[in-house]
Amino acid sequence: MSLDQNDIAKLARLARINVAETDTAELSQRIGDILNMVDAMQAVDTANVVPMANPHDATQRLRADEVNEINQREHFQKIAPQTADGLYLVPQVIE
Amino acid sequence: MPNHTIADILRGLEAKTFSSEEITQQYLNAINKHDINYNSFITVTAEQALAQARAADTARQNGSAAPLCGVPIAHKDIFCTEGVRTSCASKMLDNFIAPYNATVVERLATAGVVTLGKTNLDEFAMGSSNETSYYGPVRNPWNTDCVPGGSSGGSAAAIAAGLAPAATGTDTGGSIRQPAALCGLTGLKPTYGRVSRYGMIAFASSLDQGGPMAKTAEDNALLLQAMAGFDHRDSTSMDLAVPDFRAGLNKDLSGLKIGVPKEYFSEGLDPEIASAIEASLNEYRKMGAEIKSISLPHTHLAVPCYYIIAPAEASANLSRFDGVRYGYRCENPKDLDDLYCRSRAEGFGEEVKRRILIGTYALSSGFYDAYYRKAQQIRRLIKQDFDEAFKSVDIIAGPTTPNPAFALGEKVSDPLTMYLEDIYTIAVNLAGLPAISLPAGFTKGKPIGLQLIGRDFDETTLLAAAHQYQQRSDWHQQAAPGSV
Repeated sequence: MSLDQNDIAKLARLARINVAETDTAELSQRIGDILNMVDAMQAVDTANVVPMANPHDATQRLRADEVNEINQREHFQKIAPQTADGLYLVPQVIE
Repeated sequence: MPNHTIADILRGLEAKTFSSEEITQQYLNAINKHDINYNSFITVTAEQALAQARAADTARQNGSAAPLCGVPIAHKDIFCTEGVRTSCASKMLDNFIAPYNATVVERLATAGVVTLGKTNLDEFAMGSSNETSYYGPVRNPWNTDCVPGGSSGGSAAAIAAGLAPAATGTDTGGSIRQPAALCGLTGLKPTYGRVSRYGMIAFASSLDQGGPMAKTAEDNALLLQAMAGFDHRDSTSMDLAVPDFRAGLNKDLSGLKIGVPKEYFSEGLDPEIASAIEASLNEYRKMGAEIKSISLPHTHLAVPCYYIIAPAEASANLSRFDGVRYGYRCENPKDLDDLYCRSRAEGFGEEVKRRILIGTYALSSGFYDAYYRKAQQIRRLIKQDFDEAFKSVDIIAGPTTPNPAFALGEKVSDPLTMYLEDIYTIAVNLAGLPAISLPAGFTKGKPIGLQLIGRDFDETTLLAAAHQYQQRSDWHQQAAPGSV
């Protein structure tokens, strides 16, 4: 399994991580090595095996739909890069 | 105070041999003087530590001492600590002052511990050598040309160097047990769901589990007692009673059935490690245990399975770091997309980016079934291997790592050989089981770790087996050459 320059560009796009063109070759080599290593799994017949997402096969615990937290917006926004009037500021999205 | 265990410190505090303030100051002095050799701390919280120590001394005088009152420890810098930088060893969180405490931090504080500071780790806990930290690599006190293991390498090095008697760690694929093995310590990965993950920065949520690292099994029991228990704020936390781990240390182990997987003694295992493990199994025989050969036939698939599941979950978990709400933001973003893509490219290190990209690939349309679903199916086969083994044995024993501590830089350029260092620890996380690593000898001056794996939620037997071995051996009492 190997990935070409377009594959890496697509992954970088999906992951929202800029990848410099000069890094593409090494990255595709290293990711390719890992994909080759994990290919050992393909030799095993798992047709009737139920996938395991949680080691105890536990499902999400639900709680009563009650308010149990207080609003701490100011406290949490103190560490934000940029805020105004209780909002997080980002570059303009709509003209 | 050098080489003190938590149990020693508690005895000293109770007997008024020293105060918490005195011993805390001694550790802070030691960190100040010697950590330049190891780089085991990212942040030292001296003022807070001394204030906590004075409060602990007052509580002890008033007769209201909590179980660990006045004992100084360190936290892996992956646990959120309110008002203190929580960096996860990443440029992404270099400026992140946690606005709340992790449950583990809160529980240990309630138990009375004093926090010396935050220890170094592989960036976002992704690594087995502590070389991917934004704050530079950590050095192994047994041989400073070698890695301490990872990802909880700072916690391990700090304890081995005598800069803290104990510390917290986290274990996603071996990150408590492997550094414990490489630094001559005892470290426990509890059962998945035993210790709350609230406020523990997520790497791979179906695998991550926090736990203790210390010199002895007894200290692990003391720390786990304070850390464990149900937490409604962690949806994977299990609502089960927590046994008295210290009381269980002397539980009768005669007739204990220990399974030894033949797959853990195959190609790639250092022969001196193999002999040390054999010798420790002989000790268990003398203690009345029965040693049985077992098979875990899917062992060779654990690393492949892990390197899909862990990156896939990491790619989802780390999507929260977007430069908007906290953490690193790139300079002068030209639009929102540029803000996301450049903040993440500049804020994450190479190994973290590589794993996010692999995870993104494994979860992407057209590849999900071949990779992620397949890995989840293999995961069940691995869990079933253990289920089958535990029908005939009580615990499973083997080496923690195939090799002792390797040289700094040796495996950086070849991540695949580094991944294989976790071959004996990874399957345990996939199966959610508890496991402990304890010192079992030396090879060429470097510590060897014995791993004991238990049934779900049976940390008691592991701690007892480790403790009783430590009553008959002194590997855990050896001090690293430069330790204070």
